[in-house]
Amino acid sequence: MGEFFTSAVLVSTVASGLRLSTSYLFAAVGETFGQRSGVLNLGVDGIMLLGAFGAYYTVLNGGGLWLGMVVAITVGLVMGLAMAFTSVTLQAEQGISGIGFYLFGLGLSDLLFQKLVGTPLPIRGFPELRIPFLADLPVVGEMLFSHSIVVYAAFLLVPVAAFVLNRTTLGLKIRSVGENPEAADTLGVSVAGVRYLTVMTGSALAGLGGAALATELGIFQQNLTAGQGFIAVALVYFGAWRPVGVMAGSLLYGLVASVVLQLKTLGIIPRSASELAAMLPAVLTILALVVAVQRERQPAALTKPYERGA
Amino acid sequence: MGTLFPVAAVLAALVVGAVMLLLLGASPGEGFAAMIDGAFGGPRELADTVNKAVPLLLVGVGITIAFRANVINIGGEGQIVLGALTATALALALPDWPAVVLLPLGLAAGLVGGAVWGAVPGALKAYFGVNEILSTIMLNIVAVQGMNYLLRGPMIDPAEIESGSRIPQTMRLPPATDLPVLVPDTRLNLGAVIAVVAAVVVYVFLWRTTYGYRIRAVGLNPFASRYAGIDVKRSTVVALTLSGALCGLAGAILVFGSESHRMVTDGSTTGFTGSAGFNGIVAALFGGLHPIGTIPASFLFGALLVGANRLQRVTQVPSALVIALNGLVVVFVVSSAIWKRRLEQRAQLEAVQTGDQAAQTSLPGDVAPAAADPPGRDSGTDDG
Repeated sequence: MGEFFTSAVLVSTVASGLRLSTSYLFAAVGETFGQRSGVLNLGVDGIMLLGAFGAYYTVLNGGGLWLGMVVAITVGLVMGLAMAFTSVTLQAEQGISGIGFYLFGLGLSDLLFQKLVGTPLPIRGFPELRIPFLADLPVVGEMLFSHSIVVYAAFLLVPVAAFVLNRTTLGLKIRSVGENPEAADTLGVSVAGVRYLTVMTGSALAGLGGAALATELGIFQQNLTAGQGFIAVALVYFGAWRPVGVMAGSLLYGLVASVVLQLKTLGIIPRSASELAAMLPAVLTILALVVAVQRERQPAALTKPYERGA
Repeated sequence: MGTLFPVAAVLAALVVGAVMLLLLGASPGEGFAAMIDGAFGGPRELADTVNKAVPLLLVGVGITIAFRANVINIGGEGQIVLGALTATALALALPDWPAVVLLPLGLAAGLVGGAVWGAVPGALKAYFGVNEILSTIMLNIVAVQGMNYLLRGPMIDPAEIESGSRIPQTMRLPPATDLPVLVPDTRLNLGAVIAVVAAVVVYVFLWRTTYGYRIRAVGLNPFASRYAGIDVKRSTVVALTLSGALCGLAGAILVFGSESHRMVTDGSTTGFTGSAGFNGIVAALFGGLHPIGTIPASFLFGALLVGANRLQRVTQVPSALVIALNGLVVVFVVSSAIWKRRLEQRAQLEAVQTGDQAAQTSLPGDVAPAAADPPGRDSGTDDG
């Protein structure tokens, strides 16, 4: 056990924990926008898979990483448009339509991968971007300031999202539509318009989260996300619909995964026990939900479609 | 009228499938012919289709109970895994028991395992207000990790350790747990009968017993139900417990009816369940959230899944196509509910116009669980 607490190991564990939180963070912050406006998008995992494949395939064919990100965002926007159309315009039951989008993304990404790629070839992700000066700090520099641009972007997204939600008129509209769509509508806010915007933004970020996962791992395979998108949805509840809380949850998942990985590599815990450790975040999330429900209130109109005069 | 929407949804999904086949450079005609041949081409194909339909039916019927109580059970995957684990553990613990005792006992163990995994989110929802969608997602993760732990550790086949290959699987279960084959030279086993019986039992339970009536009443209007003296919280727990039990039974059948007669994991839930926990939702929706309607619905989706393998062999289009199409069916079915509501509203308005009192009061309002059929004809004899 002593081995684990050497500073080099600790530093690399935290650093890889941050990296592993990235995909959760994009997806969960995105989902926060949708849920704040009253729409539960349960199809995040499917959208992540499609985004991941889109980015992977683009990079594999020489399109470059930036184009890969654009493709992932575009895929997310298209899926978000479809999701918003069914949830907002057609008022479909969100808990189920989301499962449909998940299965669609799961199947389609696998189908395209098998048909267009076949054997999983590795790709090279974004290079490490050392922040000048900060990266040279002892310990912290290696932990926090020697990552790829994707990691920085994910964490920068948190204050941006918090600012938009809490300090802008748009954020006020989003929150009011999620709390009391009738009142917002009376005041001239387009409930449908706001919800389309948040769901599409969230889906674009989910696509980006998938792309982050694929480029950081440098690979795509069937069901690459392994349920990360579902966890992202739960992280929004976990974080009480606040970007900072959502970040805390994402970090929990990333760090636990990284610690388990590290302990396994060092041979401190037997391989088999790592599965038990991997249960931990899920159990913690359930406990957190029990606590959160007593203290926090979800957006009043969450999962409730709005129809004028209904 | 209501039954037309799911059919239209499947047709729409098939049209999309045809377009996708074209885009992938395969002939849709050839593709669909291969699927039909692969699913219905002969006794063996039919048997495989039925076997594939069995977990979908059990899960679908379980989902139906939950839906009728207005709870969404997307924990089918985890409940299947739990049921399979408990059934497997029991079979391994009692290797010398005779089939007449061990087989039913093993299936019952599966029921219990799944029931526990359904009861937990039920209780969390009823007594702590935790959203069941989230808790079931988390319990799916716990279940799959538990399966990986047990099959790589305590429950692994000792031979796998000796040979050093360490494939995460149990040893071959006692032959007493092999589900009897019903038709020689096919893989059709007793699981099919069990599933159909379960569907009928659930139908009788939901529509012909007081308890079932309470569950449906809670789903239709929890407030009115509470006013009528129904313990809403308990009904929620019961509904999710029963829902989980049926998924657990599906897990036990998956193991006892498997070709290798052991439980194997590839590390993922889908590797074991074949996504039955999600595809069962598709079947239930298509079956109009009715246990009997779910029987043909699961057969259809079983056929799609089995046919997809032949599709892959003949046209080189990966079978994952069918997973994507299943997703579209779900989206189309839940999206079409709006037109169903509109039709009902229209009928109601017409009734108002003509002053038809009976029609006004007999039509359901907006309280019906989403995508659910109008409530049955039975009146509230239980309310007193």
